[in-house]
This record gives sequence, C-alpha cells and structure tokens, in this order.
Amino acid sequence: MSAEPALRSVVQVCLALLLAPVLLGVINRVKAWFAGRHGPPLLQAWYDIAKLMGKSAVYSRTTGWVFRAGPVLGLAASLLCVALVPWAGATSLLAFDGDLVLLAGLLALGRFITIVAALDTGSAFEGMGASREAWFASLGEPALLLGMAALARVRGSVSLAGLFAGSVDLSRGAGTPSWAAAGVTFGGAVLILSAVALFIVYLAENARIPVDDPNTHLELTMIHEVMVLDHGGVDLAYIQYGASLKLWVLGGMIVSLLAPRTGTWVLDVAVALAGMTVVGAATGVAESVMARLRLLRVPQLLVAALALSALALCLALLGAGIGGVSLGSAAAPLTAGAPP
Amino acid sequence: MNAWAEGFLVLFMITNLWLLGSSRLLSCIAAVSVQGVLLAALPLLVGIDAPPWRLYLQAGVSLGLKGIAFPMLLTRAVRSVDARREMEPLVGYSLSIIIGVAMLAGSLATGIRLSLPAPGMPALLVPSAMFTALTGLFVIVSRRSAIVQALGYLAMENGIAAFGLALAEHEPLLVEMGTLLDAFMAVFVMGITIFHINREFDHIETDRLRSLKDAPE
Repeated sequence: MSAEPALRSVVQVCLALLLAPVLLGVINRVKAWFAGRHGPPLLQAWYDIAKLMGKSAVYSRTTGWVFRAGPVLGLAASLLCVALVPWAGATSLLAFDGDLVLLAGLLALGRFITIVAALDTGSAFEGMGASREAWFASLGEPALLLGMAALARVRGSVSLAGLFAGSVDLSRGAGTPSWAAAGVTFGGAVLILSAVALFIVYLAENARIPVDDPNTHLELTMIHEVMVLDHGGVDLAYIQYGASLKLWVLGGMIVSLLAPRTGTWVLDVAVALAGMTVVGAATGVAESVMARLRLLRVPQLLVAALALSALALCLALLGAGIGGVSLGSAAAPLTAGAPP
Repeated sequence: MNAWAEGFLVLFMITNLWLLGSSRLLSCIAAVSVQGVLLAALPLLVGIDAPPWRLYLQAGVSLGLKGIAFPMLLTRAVRSVDARREMEPLVGYSLSIIIGVAMLAGSLATGIRLSLPAPGMPALLVPSAMFTALTGLFVIVSRRSAIVQALGYLAMENGIAAFGLALAEHEPLLVEMGTLLDAFMAVFVMGITIFHINREFDHIETDRLRSLKDAPE
C-alpha cells in the first residue's frame, strides 16, 4: 500500500472518531426542530462524554468482572467496526476478502457483551431488556447478511471495499459488467432494496425509534437503554461513545452505498459528509413522524427488512443467472424466445 | 424503457409482501390498489407492438377499475360491516411474509425458465406474475375475513393479467376487456355479499359460515 491510500484510511478513521457523536447531535437537532424547540448544541454528546469521563464508576456488590469488562469490550468492538468499514471511497484499515462476515460478527460480539453485562447485574429489569435485544437481533442479523450477500453478488466482490466501491448508475443497472452485457437492468433495484433493508437494520441496531426509544427509561418497550442502566461514570461514557460509533458505521454504510463518487477524494469526503448529514436528518424525521411500534410489531418490521433483503438476493442471483459467466440452460430460452 | 418496467415489476412484487404483512383491512386494500395502478402502467412500459390508442385504453380502463373503483367498493364494504382489521389469520403475519419470500424464490426460479412468445419482454414479468397469483391464492386460504379473501382474489386476477401482458400482441382487445368486466362483476357481487353476510350473521369470518345460523352450535 503506497502512502496516500494509507493516509486516506487514517484520515477516514479519525473523522469517524471525531464526528460520530456529532451525528447524534444532528439527529437531536432535527427532532427538536420538528417539535418547535431549539434543541441541544451539536456537540452535546461530546460534552456528555467529557462530563462522564470525569466521574468514577460505581459498582454493585452483586456484579463481577463481566459487568466491568462489558463497556470496554463493547467499545473495542465498535472501534474495530470503524477500522473495518470503508467510507467515502477510501479503503479501510483492515480490508480483506470476506470482512463483511467479520463486521456482522463484531456487531454480534458487541451486542453479546452488552447482554452478558446486563445479565450480570442480576436485575430482572435488565434481563428483560437483554432478552428483547437478543430476540430482535436474531431477526435483524439475517436481514443484514442477506442484504450484503445480494450486494456482493451484484458487485462481484466479497469484501466490504468492493461492496461499497463504484458509483451508482441506476439506469445501467449497477451490476457487474457481464450483467450489463446481457441487458440485465435490475441491479439498481437490488441496490435500493438492500439500502432500505440496511436502513431498517440501522434503526434497529442503534435502538432508534420505530424499534426502541433512545430517550426514555420507561419500561414498556425499551431495549437498549434498560441494559445499561447500572453503568455509570467512565463505563457509561464508553458505552455512549461506542453507540455513537456504531451509528456512524451503519449510517456510513448506507451513504457509501448510495452516494455518488466524484473521482476526487476530497470531494468524495465532502459528499459523504453531506450524506451522513442527510442520514442523520432522515433518522430525525423518522423519529419525529413515527410512533414507537408495539413490542409485538417490531419483529414484523424486521421480518419485512428480511423479506426485502431476500428479494434483493433473489434478484441478484437471477441477474447472475442471466448475465453471469455460466449462461446455462436456465437463461437460454429467455434469449431465444421467438414468436411461434 | 426496460429499466423502468423492471423497477415497476419489483414494486409490484413488494406490494405482494405488503399485502401479506399488513393486518389492517384498509392497508390491505391500499396494497392491492397500488398493485392495480402499477399493473395499469405496465402495458405502456413493456414495449408491446400494438397501436398506441389500444395501450392507452387498456391502461386507462385498468387504472379506473383496479386503481379507483375496486378500492372504493371494498372500502365501502369495510365501512358498512365496521371491520377494522383481520383478527386471527390462520397463518400469522411474520410467517406469511416468510412464506411469501419462499413463494417468491420459487416463482423466480421457475418463471425465468419459461420462454415467452414475445421477445423483448422484461425478464421479471413472468416471475412477478406467478408470485402475484400465488400470493392471491395463499391469502385466500390463510385469512378468515371475507374481505381479505376478496382481495386475494383480486391479487390473483392481477397476476393473471400481468401474465397476459406477455401475450398482449396476440390476443384481441375484447378478451382483455372481458376479463376486466368479469373482475368488476366479481368484486361488485362480493361487496354486496359481504354486506349481506354481515347483516345475517354479524361477522364475515368464512370458516364460521359452515353452520347455519339457527342450527345449534
């Protein structure tokens, strides 16, 4: 790797580390604007983290080392995600073939650590949240993986760098060149379906509104907030910072999927930053205009995301059947169809 | 043109998943009417070799019936029987969506192998037609409310009409109009029947209609 791409990767990670809490600020400002309030400053999440870093954590006597390890490992998993996912066209620090499975694994690891730490407190309240988190994650994860599998098929690559590379040309079908040669025109549909599924997974993973409410400590449907109730001080700062990084990573995936590429890296970064603002604003709008779903309806939303991903994957496989290297018996009648 | 047609067909498939996943009756009706509107636009997009006035007539009549008249009739039926949502479907909504995905995969796998008599048709036309017809059938057998069953019938009819697009160059306009008239009569009669069933039995659940009202349960 020559010097410049490495520099881009480092700059991209630094941007994520600095700006991830600001994205939370954007969401909160949009929500405040919808409610007719002025809203907290954009850097509020940073202020909160700084305040919490100055406090010491309090540990209950019933908790063990798992509880203390939870926030640290959770933050570590989020940091690895940041290093893994490419953003604004630059390759990531840790790019390799098949890293999309590691990404899903890291998300699952972070979730598992949080769940175990919540169970370690022995509180029934937190156990309830942990159970819900595991339930919803088991539906959200297949949606994420199927969506990425569809994208991998369209882009002809199994690394995140390949998945999110290349600009979007919906009319030409955003597929691999062999698709374009065979006249397959639904690569764009695959892209949009996966993006919508990814957006639902993004809302669910980050405990945003149709699934969970990030602002409330009421017990009825809250999931993520209840699991971290017993953490305080530095630990809570780690958790909040990790959560904002996760928001940045998943939002960044949507942006990389849909944002156009200009060819110049600085312009790409500017476009991606604008895209992140749009994703943040879209989240804020979604949270303002929608009510939180009833707990029993949440799986239905996630199954819908799963269905969209599955549709995308079916279309991707179909396109590969028509335009792929093996023009077998499956596609032959289609091209040879003539009026009787 | 074909990219637009493929896009419309993808939306067409999504309306099926929408029909499978929604519990509110009005939302189901919206799904089927959006499906009808998309179907009405298809003859203009797929590049059928026919005089333009015929395509516009077909699209217009189909839009008027499936996009406007049927939803209005069924919405009136829903209002008159005062039913808001399907209470207990025989197959739950999440499971319905998953079964829908399985049907989708099956129709894509088989539909792509069927050769069309007309060249230049979008590749997704036959699979999405098959998927829509299957969805309609599934809705008819898996829901209890007579209104949703009528919607399943409509979805099935949409699927068959989409399939007919592939043959549109060869079949006379009279056949198209005839099927539309049939569907119109069916929905009209179903709307009236649902109203009467509700007035006689105080519900529209078809699996409870096996026993007569005055017979002991």
